[in-house]
Amino acid sequence: MSASSTAEVPFVPTSKVGRITDFVDERVGGSGILREFGRKVFPDHWSFMFGEVALYSFVILLMSGTFLTFFFDPSMAETHYSGSYTPLTNVEMSVAYSSSLNISFDIRGGLFFRQVHHWAALLFVASLGVHMLRVFFTGAFRKPREMNWVVGGVLLILAMAEGFTGYSLPDDLLSGNGLRIIDGVIKSIPVIGTYISFFLFGGEFPGTAIIGRLYVLHILLVPAMILLMIVIHLFMVVVHKHTQYPGPGRNDGNVVGYPLGPVYAAKAGGFFFIVFGVVALMAAMFTINPIWNYGPYDPSPVSAGTQPDWYIGFVDGALRLMPGVVNDFHLEYVIFGHVLTLNVLLPALVPAGIIFTVLFMYPWIERWITKDNREHHVLDRPRNAPTRTAIGVAGFTWYCVMWAAAGSDLIATHFHVALNDVTYWLRTLFFLGPIFAFMVTKRVALALQRKDREIALHGRETGRIVRLPHGEFIEVHAPLDDYKHYKLVGFESPVPLAAEPNEHGVVTPKEKRRAALSKWFFEDRVAPATPAELEAAHGHGHHEAIESGEEHKSLSH
Amino acid sequence: MKALSQKRRHPLAAIALLLMGLLVTGGLYAVATTVNQAKADTTAFSASDAQEGGKLFAANCATCHGMGASGSKDGPSLVGVGAAAVDFQVGTGRMPMQMNGPQAQEKPRQFNDQQTQQLAAYVASLGAGPAIPDAALLDENGDAAKGGELFRVNCAMCHNAAAAGGALTRGKFAPALAGVSGQHIYEAMATGPQNMPVFNDANISPEGKRDIITFLKKIEANGSPGGADLGALGPVSEGLFVWVAGLGVIIAFTIWLTSRTS
Repeated sequence: MSASSTAEVPFVPTSKVGRITDFVDERVGGSGILREFGRKVFPDHWSFMFGEVALYSFVILLMSGTFLTFFFDPSMAETHYSGSYTPLTNVEMSVAYSSSLNISFDIRGGLFFRQVHHWAALLFVASLGVHMLRVFFTGAFRKPREMNWVVGGVLLILAMAEGFTGYSLPDDLLSGNGLRIIDGVIKSIPVIGTYISFFLFGGEFPGTAIIGRLYVLHILLVPAMILLMIVIHLFMVVVHKHTQYPGPGRNDGNVVGYPLGPVYAAKAGGFFFIVFGVVALMAAMFTINPIWNYGPYDPSPVSAGTQPDWYIGFVDGALRLMPGVVNDFHLEYVIFGHVLTLNVLLPALVPAGIIFTVLFMYPWIERWITKDNREHHVLDRPRNAPTRTAIGVAGFTWYCVMWAAAGSDLIATHFHVALNDVTYWLRTLFFLGPIFAFMVTKRVALALQRKDREIALHGRETGRIVRLPHGEFIEVHAPLDDYKHYKLVGFESPVPLAAEPNEHGVVTPKEKRRAALSKWFFEDRVAPATPAELEAAHGHGHHEAIESGEEHKSLSH
Repeated sequence: MKALSQKRRHPLAAIALLLMGLLVTGGLYAVATTVNQAKADTTAFSASDAQEGGKLFAANCATCHGMGASGSKDGPSLVGVGAAAVDFQVGTGRMPMQMNGPQAQEKPRQFNDQQTQQLAAYVASLGAGPAIPDAALLDENGDAAKGGELFRVNCAMCHNAAAAGGALTRGKFAPALAGVSGQHIYEAMATGPQNMPVFNDANISPEGKRDIITFLKKIEANGSPGGADLGALGPVSEGLFVWVAGLGVIIAFTIWLTSRTS
């Protein structure tokens, strides 16, 4: 398409700027790229912008992080503090901690940049999480976007790794306590755990190597991998085109929205500055990670209220929920001279393992159950996929229980309840919460579907009560406009798919299991109102149309 | 007045009203809670102090601690706890106890300085124990850095490195230390109230205690150099803030940015 049009009329620039632009364009082909990308259409919805928030947070992280590297010294050599924060004067500490304090108190703008960096990091992972929740609940992970869902999951893990390595760098008491927990988790891995720990820390914890190593991971390897994954992620977004919410004129073959240039580019560019502004305001007004409060790391003290940043919280919470010893029963064994501490290993690795395994595999699980191999570019409203929504909420609830457990001590002190009771309740919720959340969510989704169906069939309740000549009171129902009406009826409602024999005419046990899951998935359903039903509802004896002014309103009980 | 009544159905009227209400109640509360702050510094007790204290004790404390402070099944013996323990417990309102619970709660004090001193004199007369500290140890001119190290090693595991307090088992807790007087901090270390261990002079020397008080008062006076401290509770309040306020504001902007189209 572009090749055929180049030979026709040679463009002769007239102005000076035009000549320079043309010179560059003939060599890099910028106008072709711009034409292609400028016409890329993006649908407009607020929930589509969390990925952008994550991207912009990452840009802010790169910029503020570069500033911090100018002044941070990742050395664990011992020094005595001589900066301007007097409560730490002459205290023995590592150069890393000392340089972090200097960034905070003696470098102009240093504390602001540290806080920008840290707030942006929290926002980065939070917006990633919300973005993934949006993608999950709207079914945007379905064909052809399964691979991009996986790339997103990898980005989440990388973001967590990037966050944790950064959290550990200042070498203050809080981050040192966090590293000690990670060290304990690593050491609980059977047989190889102690070796991994010794290799990582260059000897016994804490050693003198870990900060430098984490620094290299934090500023070089992990950000490079994140950047690579972002490139792949955005490339696939361009290839797949953006998904859209259901609406009139929207189908799996089109995208309804604004082209990138100029409207969307302007909006997106402006949005970057909004995100930057929000982060800068937070950094200017609210302190984050006041390392001067915590003091230098020393393996002996552990402060009350020691928590990781929020995105590692669920692992910390799982560790807190795990009982150490119940009566005489404990989960620590000595096998051939190796200590196996399941009370650390299980909570640290199993819940996180389950969450990420299910997260990565979910597109394929649903695809296998539904046998749905079609491309989907129109999203599901969460209520129209009740079982998927319920699964998502159940998983999220499970995560939140562990997340809350990481703050169990603060829940206890701030709500004046006993720490033990908080732990017992959260342990119960750890098992029952997801089940309860699944059932409630599924019922709520079905109820919302019924409400939609009711509105589609009988119109919207106006709140106007009218008394008919023979004394009967009725409420006036107003019909919906076509756009709203389409949203309520124009969705797919799959039915359970019975087990089918394979090419040999055999119904395999696996296929039977799939059919059972399909039944579980789609058994409870509220079908959208069919045209016939709509016709019947409007022509029904109870729904005589009356004229009231210019408006056309139908009546109903 | 007309302008006011016209604006009363403005969408922001409810928020403005709520804000005004909160400011008024908050302001009144702040005024009401700063009335009671005086502090006496006399440590020499007279015989009449002990005598008057005995009467106060019999009337207010003996129900649980027994006549002659010899203890009962409801309260421990106070022979030998010293004047410091009485000054701390009564001076912070923890005693007389309002109700049974995991630990005695701080509340508005029930006795004035003179009565507190009389009670302390009475209990001190029953047996030797930690005395109310000299003013020289409370001058807040010790070595803050050294105090900080002592605090992190001895106190931070319960009281939090930023002295913001923390949870203990079964409803007990270590309180936040901001706003606690140096004298009460010293007495708490010397006598170990509630679930706190005793840090006697062999454990932390009087100079060490002075350094700790200096440190605590210094970080309290320093405030939070990085802006509002969000309770100095660490990553939990920071995470809560970024999810609620940070993401909340950004979601408001996304809705605004996409609201022109449908």
